Amino acid sequence: MQQLMDGIFLGSIYALFAVGYTLVFGVLDRLNLAHAAVFSAGALVGIEVVTRSGLSIWLAVPIVMVVGALLGLIIERVAFRPLNGRHDAHFAGLISSIALGAIIIALLQARYGPDTTRFPPEVFPKKRFEFLGATVSLLQVLILIISVGLVVLLTWLVAKSKLGRGMRTIAENPHAASVLGINVNRVTSVTFAISSALGAAAGVLFTLNVNTAQLGIGHAVELKGLAVIIVGGLGSLPGALVGGVVLGLAEVYAVNYVGSSWRDMVAFGLLFLILVVRPQGLFGARKKREV
Amino acid sequence: MRRNLMSAGATASVLLLVLAACGSSGESSGGDSSLAGSGSGADCKISDDVPVAAAFSLTGAAGQYGAGQKNALELAVEKLNAVGGVTYKLTVEDDQTDPKQGIQLFEKFVNDGTSIIVGPTLSNTAMQTDPVAQDGKTPVLGVSNTAAGITAIGDYVFRDSLTEDAVIPQTIKAAKETLNLKDVVVMYSNDDAFTESGYKAMASALKKEGVTISETLTFSKSDTDFHAILDKVKKEKPDALVVSALVDAAVPLVTQAREIGVDVPIVGGNGFNSPAMIKGAGEAAEGVIVGAAWNSAADNEQNQMFLKDYKAKFNADPDQFAAQAYAGMQVIDNAVRRGCSGEREDIKTNLSKVKDLPTVLGDFSIDENRDAVQTALVQVVKDGKFAILQ
Repeated sequence: MQQLMDGIFLGSIYALFAVGYTLVFGVLDRLNLAHAAVFSAGALVGIEVVTRSGLSIWLAVPIVMVVGALLGLIIERVAFRPLNGRHDAHFAGLISSIALGAIIIALLQARYGPDTTRFPPEVFPKKRFEFLGATVSLLQVLILIISVGLVVLLTWLVAKSKLGRGMRTIAENPHAASVLGINVNRVTSVTFAISSALGAAAGVLFTLNVNTAQLGIGHAVELKGLAVIIVGGLGSLPGALVGGVVLGLAEVYAVNYVGSSWRDMVAFGLLFLILVVRPQGLFGARKKREV
Repeated sequence: MRRNLMSAGATASVLLLVLAACGSSGESSGGDSSLAGSGSGADCKISDDVPVAAAFSLTGAAGQYGAGQKNALELAVEKLNAVGGVTYKLTVEDDQTDPKQGIQLFEKFVNDGTSIIVGPTLSNTAMQTDPVAQDGKTPVLGVSNTAAGITAIGDYVFRDSLTEDAVIPQTIKAAKETLNLKDVVVMYSNDDAFTESGYKAMASALKKEGVTISETLTFSKSDTDFHAILDKVKKEKPDALVVSALVDAAVPLVTQAREIGVDVPIVGGNGFNSPAMIKGAGEAAEGVIVGAAWNSAADNEQNQMFLKDYKAKFNADPDQFAAQAYAGMQVIDNAVRRGCSGEREDIKTNLSKVKDLPTVLGDFSIDENRDAVQTALVQVVKDGKFAILQ
């Protein structure tokens, strides 16, 4: 039971991170590889906000999301928009976002240094309770609620709202979308802002969960986030959620039943198997639209 | 302005270097015989100053350690010179946490007639600098090098800093006795040389004490999420969790263990012996047990005096690095007075004879491998501080 719970908690953070990836991919067909840097930035900025101003974590999360959203706007404007209309925009965007990610990390290093930091211990009440034989902390429950809540909210937004309709139209065909009077640039910017706000929030929650943060934490989840969205089905929001939880559970069970040194091999091996059986991913039904 | 200051500082330090070099070479050429004194022990009288030189990392990555070492060494020399009979002339230089700079300094010390070299701060610097001293037949005393193989460099290389291999068995023994351990789970990061050697020491100490290791779990030094591994620990229900990890991993590990309800005592290796661990883990660190060569709470008389003097002179509390540097000077003084000679060969011979010397680290000896022998202090985190485990 403890494994199940921990797997779900871990998975919900992966999911929150992966949702940002998949949102941008679903709308624009581009992978934003600066997302990991936004994750690190979220964690470090969150720590600074809390330690410096003494704000509670409840206020810090929205602030970090705003910072993340700003970063998202910058990423879109600097790394993606200038490449629009190029034949190799797909690949060029990949490279330019890696470059921008490296720049963000360098700026973070200049400001925060390479040392490990963490939230002050008293920032969050250390409340624990027993639940079906597992020990669960209040923090973990909140992480789960926030992650799932944000994913559900986002799914609803994409499916029902005007903005969501705009996103989906652009996903179908950007040219048709602009003909229909949708402001493509604006919708794209907003998509990036939302995506990065979620990535930054994931950084804060991850840091709270493991009680440590340094520049490289983005890298640790980058590959996992990619794996999650590929398994979930590229561009699918529920797919990212399920994929995240599958990966989280796979890691926890791998450690407990196979061996701690084999964790990544088992977890990624499982993902590999899923892809062999179902190449489009668990929820990847949209593949045909690319033709 | 800043640049001017810097270049002025650089010029000044070059001048100082030249002056120091001139001064001491003049001394050693004319005064080889006057470093040998008359009498012995407390009555020993040596007419010339015995030149002692130290290379510490005063700037660079290890700068925070070197500053305390320099302070403590100066304090020790001041105290020892006040005793009379033998006086020391101390030179402290900065290796900038750079082995290349360290080698330069060691070459200078070997050539300028220094009787004994103290330092350098880091083990990996020592690996490169100590062969210089060995080739130049100049004794060197490491006061903070804990890596394996340092004293194996040669018979002129000594140290007063306990290795992790020496601390861990004592920690395990004390923990077993106090906590009545029967079976434990061991965790270590298996992609780091220091933590892996710590793990080996732990495993053999546990075996010797007759404690069963019900599970050995490994992780990577870059891991931050230990929930999954700790689930397994929880399932095993051990009497204690024994961990070899660097401090960066120690903090999240301890916090997460407490979070998911692993409430057994945690016995840590050298990586846990840091105020940063307590600060980072907060109340989760309570009850963590870790061995150390020195603790400010040790109530031996020398240590209490050292704490007071240090605080009075520098308005700061000494750390283990400072204490070991201070003890280093006490050890050197003992060796010099034993043979009543400040000659390199005599100091080398007499350092090996240091036995049960009362120092700030407690009773201290040097063994046949030129390594430190002393009782380690087993500490437990209590009320946010390292206290001595009773």
